[in-house]
Amino acid sequence: MSRAALLVLADGRFPAGGHAHSGGAEAAVKAGRVSGAGSLEEFCRGRLHTAGLVAASLAAGAVLGLDPVELDGAADARTPSPALRTAARRLGRQLMRAARATWPSAELDALAREFPKGAHQPVVLGLAARAAGLGAEDAAYCAVYESVSGPASATVRLLSLDPFDATGVLARLAPDLDRVAHQAVEAARCALVNGVDALPAASAPLLEISAEVHAAWPVRLFAS
Amino acid sequence: MTAGEGGVRATARIGARPDGRGGTALPTLEGEGPLALRRTRASGSEARVMLVGAMSGPLGGDHFTVEAEAAQGARLHFGSAAATIALPGQAKGEARYDVRLTVAEGAELHWMPEQLISAKGSELCVTTRVDLAAGARLVLREEQVLGRANEEPGRLTSRLTVRLDGRPLLDQELSCGPGAPGGWDGPAVLAGHRTLGQLVVVRPEFAQRPVEARLLGEYAALTPLAGPGVLVTALAPDALHLRRTLDEALSTLG
Repeated sequence: MSRAALLVLADGRFPAGGHAHSGGAEAAVKAGRVSGAGSLEEFCRGRLHTAGLVAASLAAGAVLGLDPVELDGAADARTPSPALRTAARRLGRQLMRAARATWPSAELDALAREFPKGAHQPVVLGLAARAAGLGAEDAAYCAVYESVSGPASATVRLLSLDPFDATGVLARLAPDLDRVAHQAVEAARCALVNGVDALPAASAPLLEISAEVHAAWPVRLFAS
Repeated sequence: MTAGEGGVRATARIGARPDGRGGTALPTLEGEGPLALRRTRASGSEARVMLVGAMSGPLGGDHFTVEAEAAQGARLHFGSAAATIALPGQAKGEARYDVRLTVAEGAELHWMPEQLISAKGSELCVTTRVDLAAGARLVLREEQVLGRANEEPGRLTSRLTVRLDGRPLLDQELSCGPGAPGGWDGPAVLAGHRTLGQLVVVRPEFAQRPVEARLLGEYAALTPLAGPGVLVTALAPDALHLRRTLDEALSTLG
């Protein structure tokens, strides 16, 4: 298979529903914690090294053949906020539909049967990458990029931030994205030997708390 | 206890089991060096043990281990007499503090230590691992204070893992202070807060009667886990506010 499949999978226009989620940016903007390019960058950096690292290691683990059901359980344990678990499963279900249509695979079919309401998105992402013939590093890159591109593009809409500024934030994060993607693949390889418990569990207390604040709003622009 | 160039290694062990008369006996109660244990007055069927710091620390290079096991039907309340202060040491490298808790079916363990204070220049890695059998009960509180008054924090990594019936129920790691991965003090993680805490409550009856998620102010939430447990996560301006938030959350669970 072609590595260009990575561009298809990572494309923001891949019909997997990610555009409806802000990755916590909507709650952070409303609380005044994100108010411009500088604070957006710090927000994204924090999300990348916590939720991004965990998602990338789960995705890389799925590519390497770790049991997806066990990975899904590990994702649940690393996501104490029920609002975030629901969002992750909804995104997983949407990605599953798009991935099965794009890269039909018995493994994706089996995971869809196991989790009719959706498995955690990073697990689906890993199996989709595997079905597309991509490697663990590709899936990890996809996950780390998603962990920051979602909040960045949401903030353009929420704050009317200049899109050039938002893109500049993403470009400045590139060295961190490289580091976290490599760290995630290394952790996934380690989990092949030491079990899924060995995967990173980096957490961001404010992302978890704010997700519950956000879920309680009567009206919101983004689903999470 | 051994004290070498690499720092102090010390282990404390508690084993609790029913005493056959409606109370809880402690056939194992072994402290060591800086980890001294005192049995305090029992409360009903519950045995109470206090961890008494006999030295300062952990300092750089120290490795402390605390192990507690509650056998079937035992009830153990385990606290500490004072806050633990991570300090820089003469020995190179980080200090480690490992807590291992094991709770059998029908047993109940409360692990309620005082705050962990990460002083400037210290490097500490804490791991708390709880293994619960199906039907075990747990109340666990952890509080971290990043730096003493008006002081930069040290480097702190704290991982909390709770497994229930062989499967992960909760796995969370916080990494903060100088040299921690970027963004730890930013708007997604701590946003400048210097005090944070977690309260974990696991009860078999939550499987039938799940607790609903609720907010406890702007910076704290009670969240049901994907299993019969809840986690309270709280950020606070100081240790007093934090304790109040966690205590109130615990009392609402009945």
